[in-house]
Amino acid sequence: MKELDRSRIGTRFPTVQARVEAREIGAFARAIGDLDPIYFDESAAIAKGYRSIPAPPTFAFCLKMKQQTESPDQLLWSVLGTDGAGITLLHAEQSFVYDSTICAGDALSFEEHIADIYEKKGGALVFVVLETRVINQAGERVACFRHTEAARRDP
Amino acid sequence: MSGPGAAVCPGVKLPGLHLPPIEAAVLERYAAASGDHARIHLDDETARAAGFPGVIAHGLLIMAYLGRAIGGWYPEGALRGFSCRFMAVTLLGDRLTCCGTVVTLTTNAAEQLTELDVSVVDQHGGLKLKGTATIAAPVDDSE
Repeated sequence: MKELDRSRIGTRFPTVQARVEAREIGAFARAIGDLDPIYFDESAAIAKGYRSIPAPPTFAFCLKMKQQTESPDQLLWSVLGTDGAGITLLHAEQSFVYDSTICAGDALSFEEHIADIYEKKGGALVFVVLETRVINQAGERVACFRHTEAARRDP
Repeated sequence: MSGPGAAVCPGVKLPGLHLPPIEAAVLERYAAASGDHARIHLDDETARAAGFPGVIAHGLLIMAYLGRAIGGWYPEGALRGFSCRFMAVTLLGDRLTCCGTVVTLTTNAAEQLTELDVSVVDQHGGLKLKGTATIAAPVDDSE
């Protein structure tokens, strides 16, 4: 990693868009062992008061990641000015604010920017904080993510 | 109101969600479903080069398990906030439990807000993740 370049704070990444697909929600729920019918059967979801099949709490973060042409690691390497050699990236913190429930059929836009860059342990650990606003087809904010990734030199 | 969270008072521990041991196949399935194909979760050699004994689970998989637990505790509530710090890596064979404790309940005219402390621990009691969650439930004034 080079010198810490805090000038990149505020940099926006290209907005990505994605439609929420029931099939992808089902695959995600199955991958985390959640067999609640609301994730597989629209009528079960509607019976529970949802508009359609709801997205599990962390699903939309993954949906964003799937649309980005660079992998999350590549994206962070570019922020840090490294090619990734000898660096390990670890997810340090993650928070979600939800304004309303994201459901199958929604068309989402993800607006992401670098909210902070800082270091600890005399530069041995560098933290990058990424914030994403999630906007639905009606132009309303439905969620906000705050993702803190730690980069450290390999032993 | 009739929601399962209604009778829960501050300080009450919610029933733990006990998960089967983490296997490579679980991480492969999560990688496919989440789009996170980082090698450190799928390839032992990459993980060892980073100083780990073998592949490590995706942090967000562990957070997703916690999300699943919250959905089991409050099926009729709406999650408003969910925040976690990843404390230690999860390795193959780890048997995780998702835990939740009610911290505060606040009620206004429209809804009841429940604040939880949440965590995930392994079979040795090692803390993998800790955080908070806020759940909103409608207030039923028909009672």
